[in-house]
Amino acid sequence: MAAEHLIADGVPQGCHLFPSGCGFPAPGAGIFDFTPLWKFQVFGIDFGIGKPIILLLIACAALVIFFVAAFRNAKVVPGRLQSVGEYGYLFVRDGIARDTMGKAGDAFVPLLFALFFLVWVVNFLGIVPFAQFAPTSRFAIPVAFAAIVYLLWVPVGMIKQGPGKFMKMMTMPPDVPKLMYVLLIPIEFVSNFLVRPFTHSVRLFANMFAGHLLIVSFSVAAWYLWSPNIIGIAGSIASLLVAIVLVLFEILIQALQAYVFALLTAVYINDALHAH
Amino acid sequence: MELLAEVTGSLGSIGYGLAAIGPGIGIGIIFGQGVQAIARQPEAYGVIRQNMILGFALAEALALIGFVVPFVFGM
Repeated sequence: MAAEHLIADGVPQGCHLFPSGCGFPAPGAGIFDFTPLWKFQVFGIDFGIGKPIILLLIACAALVIFFVAAFRNAKVVPGRLQSVGEYGYLFVRDGIARDTMGKAGDAFVPLLFALFFLVWVVNFLGIVPFAQFAPTSRFAIPVAFAAIVYLLWVPVGMIKQGPGKFMKMMTMPPDVPKLMYVLLIPIEFVSNFLVRPFTHSVRLFANMFAGHLLIVSFSVAAWYLWSPNIIGIAGSIASLLVAIVLVLFEILIQALQAYVFALLTAVYINDALHAH
Repeated sequence: MELLAEVTGSLGSIGYGLAAIGPGIGIGIIFGQGVQAIARQPEAYGVIRQNMILGFALAEALALIGFVVPFVFGM
């Protein structure tokens, strides 16, 4: 891959206080756009394979290789790699699936397991040197993840509870004065069926987007402020330190968002499984 | 119509500031009460932490929407 594919289009280049004296090039939404390696059209719609998709595929491949290696020769007394894999599996099964759904959640553990680890690894690419871009900070990818979940829990609810009962449970909270339903049914419908998938995807996207933007802002500031005077050097070093602290903070946020994404998936499926 | 006041520049950042007020208060309440609950009943730590993170994620969504909207509609 050439540099134009690896570095986002919006990254400010060749502008520095010291030689040229142009203003601070604040990074904007352009730092999330990459020149595609390969472009094609399907039914007149433009598609491009760029860095985000390639990173996503690398993350998938890394996960498949890791877990196949961990569980290929599964033994009763687990080895080192198998212990790590089992710890991850038990975390998802006990910490996410069973805590929210009870025993009925065991059927959905494979989905939750895949979602949790895929989201986590994809997020983690945001701080891996040379990748340094989380594909989840492109809106389309969290939307795809959230769409999978949405297209699962709505049919599951329709099948498990019957369409009428399911819609009644999702839109009509019990023990409310009859007249209030005029107001409540539209609100509950919008919040459960329209806002839910939207916030589910936006939550992941916006966290990764904001984190990447913050790290890039302080990195650019560290580079921009570097000039042969004491204020410039102090500002540059301070910005670099903030960028490093933000990277450490991002590690926490990435894991937390993967956990939240999987946990909300479990909560939504639980709503579909159990009438309350 | 005569203009009495006008705001120019990045309105999105003002919007984000406004959007952060509610979730800021909400997240403060969630974690404050969560820590209090853990202090009162340390044995229920697992369940409390899970619900704390869930509530945090739901409240935080509003602030994040405020953060994203200027990028989506403003640029």
